[in-house]
Amino acid sequence: MKHIVKILSLLVAISAFWIGLLQAAIVPRSYTWLLPIYFVVSLGCYGLLMVGIGLMQFPTCPQEAVLLQQDIAEAKDFFKHKGVDVGSD
Amino acid sequence: MADQNETKGEEGKHKYSIIVPTYNERLNIALIVYLIFKHLRDVDFEIIVVDDGSPDGTQEIVKQLQHLYGEDRILLRARAKKLGLGTAYIHGLKHATGDFVVIMDADLSHHPKYLPSFIKKQLETNASIVTGTRYVKGGGVHGWNLMRKLTSRGANVLAQTLLWPGVSDLTGSFRLYKKSVLEDVISSCVSKGYVFQMEMIVRATRKGYHIEEVPITFVDRVFGTSKLGGSEIVEYLKGLVYLLLTT
Repeated sequence: MKHIVKILSLLVAISAFWIGLLQAAIVPRSYTWLLPIYFVVSLGCYGLLMVGIGLMQFPTCPQEAVLLQQDIAEAKDFFKHKGVDVGSD
Repeated sequence: MADQNETKGEEGKHKYSIIVPTYNERLNIALIVYLIFKHLRDVDFEIIVVDDGSPDGTQEIVKQLQHLYGEDRILLRARAKKLGLGTAYIHGLKHATGDFVVIMDADLSHHPKYLPSFIKKQLETNASIVTGTRYVKGGGVHGWNLMRKLTSRGANVLAQTLLWPGVSDLTGSFRLYKKSVLEDVISSCVSKGYVFQMEMIVRATRKGYHIEEVPITFVDRVFGTSKLGGSEIVEYLKGLVYLLLTT
């Protein structure tokens, strides 16, 4: 099944639930009408939260830059006498 | 211990074709080749350099490397001009004689020291694809400012929400594929640039292939220029919508 079909089915199911809620009037209708807005807003907030958390926890590796420079020096040294031109551009 | 020995033995039965697309990587290509040989001592592999007619003499350096390491270990399969990443992989695939294919960048943002962990993960899990992820513990990025990290995070959350891709790093291009799997996935991809990388992994997920991840560190562009601007963001969003609708 294509992914978009899955997403649309999910939306249809949620919409059906919402319409059912409207008709059954278990929850006062004035609240039910606003539910889609609440849903979209909370989805947006959740997204922003995930971005924020991800940003705070973003894994960095400053030591890798140092290790890389060491590797580059090692490689250049190796090639110096092997006929491979690794001088600077 | 027994497991380790088994893995070591199995390594000997496999050959890894490492495809490295290059454009003006005169300096980096030699460094990358050295590091690959350093970290894959007991592994049967070949390096396929797909150079798109670099004007800086990259191919000359590759020929010098061939002289040093052997033309059976380093294959130069060049093209006349810049023809794009996807076609570079396809071109490289045609000449690959291994049963596994690794794709990686030539600019040293992908460090060959992770190759053994890719191979080990694949042998342990028999995964069809092992993809490197920068976004988990043990992985990481160096050289990105706050704006760049924010864009990356935002892009990732958006992609996760819309696509449910099954991997944590969608745009990463440091991957190990079973050769047959790469051939299958690449034939159904049409995007360009890094959206192409996303399309590959998403299509692979949709097709039900077993995908594993290993943490990698990514040091951004030692030499050369980086490319992420407004037009890239637009391309990314267009790519997301395309993948949402067609996968």
